[in-house]
Amino acid sequence: MKINTKYHGEKEIEEKEVLTFVRPIPGFPDEDKFIVLPLDEEGSFFALQSIQNEQLAFVISNPFLFFPDYDFTLENTVIDQLELASEKDVLVFTILTVQEPFEKTTANLQAPIIINQKKNLAKQVILNQTNYITKHLLFPNKKTAVKG
Amino acid sequence: MLVLTRKNGEVIKIGEDIEITVIASKGDQVKIGISAPKDIEIFRKEVYEQIMQENRTASADISTFLNLFKKNEKKS
Repeated sequence: MKINTKYHGEKEIEEKEVLTFVRPIPGFPDEDKFIVLPLDEEGSFFALQSIQNEQLAFVISNPFLFFPDYDFTLENTVIDQLELASEKDVLVFTILTVQEPFEKTTANLQAPIIINQKKNLAKQVILNQTNYITKHLLFPNKKTAVKG
Repeated sequence: MLVLTRKNGEVIKIGEDIEITVIASKGDQVKIGISAPKDIEIFRKEVYEQIMQENRTASADISTFLNLFKKNEKKS
C-alpha cells in the first residue's frame, strides 16, 4: 500500500512491515500504526513514521550504538502485552530529540521503544525503576561542536 | 475529588480489581502499594507527563537534520 510520509515523500510499503502499538505512545493517543524507515545510509538513524498521520514521525536509533552499557529489565506485563516468547524477537529503539547543532541531540533512555519483530507489536515502555532520564546526550564527550 | 483519610496499612478499593494500600507515611512522604490488573498502567504522573512532553518535542520537524545528511552525502 502507498502512504504519505514526513521525510520520505510518498512511499510504497508492505502490510507486513507495519508495527502495531499495543498502547498509545504518550502524547499521541490517536496513532497506533507505524513503520520504521531508514534515514541514513549507515543505518544509524530511522524514522518511526505514523501510517495514519503523515505529519507524525520520530527519529529513532539503536541505543546500544551510543550507550553500549544501556541496560534495563522488562516487566512481565510488557512481555505479555507484546506477546514476547524469546529475547531474540526483541528489538530496542530510543527516540531522539534532534537539536541544532546536532551535537546537542539527546536520547530518551527512560522510555525506549520495544518491538516484538516476530509479531510486529510495539510499545513505548516507561521504565519505572531506573536512573535513566529523557535526555541523555548522544555525544557526551564532545565538548566543542565541530563546524561542518 | 473524593478525599478519604487512611492510616498506615489501611486499604482503599477502587471497583472490583484495584486496591491501594498506604504502606507507610513519614512527614510529607507517603509510600503506597497498588495492586491492579495487568492491563492497567501505573505511572508517577510527573514521569508520564515528562515522557509526553519529550515525545512532543521529539516529533517536531527535523528537516535541518536531514539536510545535514544531504550535505554529508554531497561531500562524499
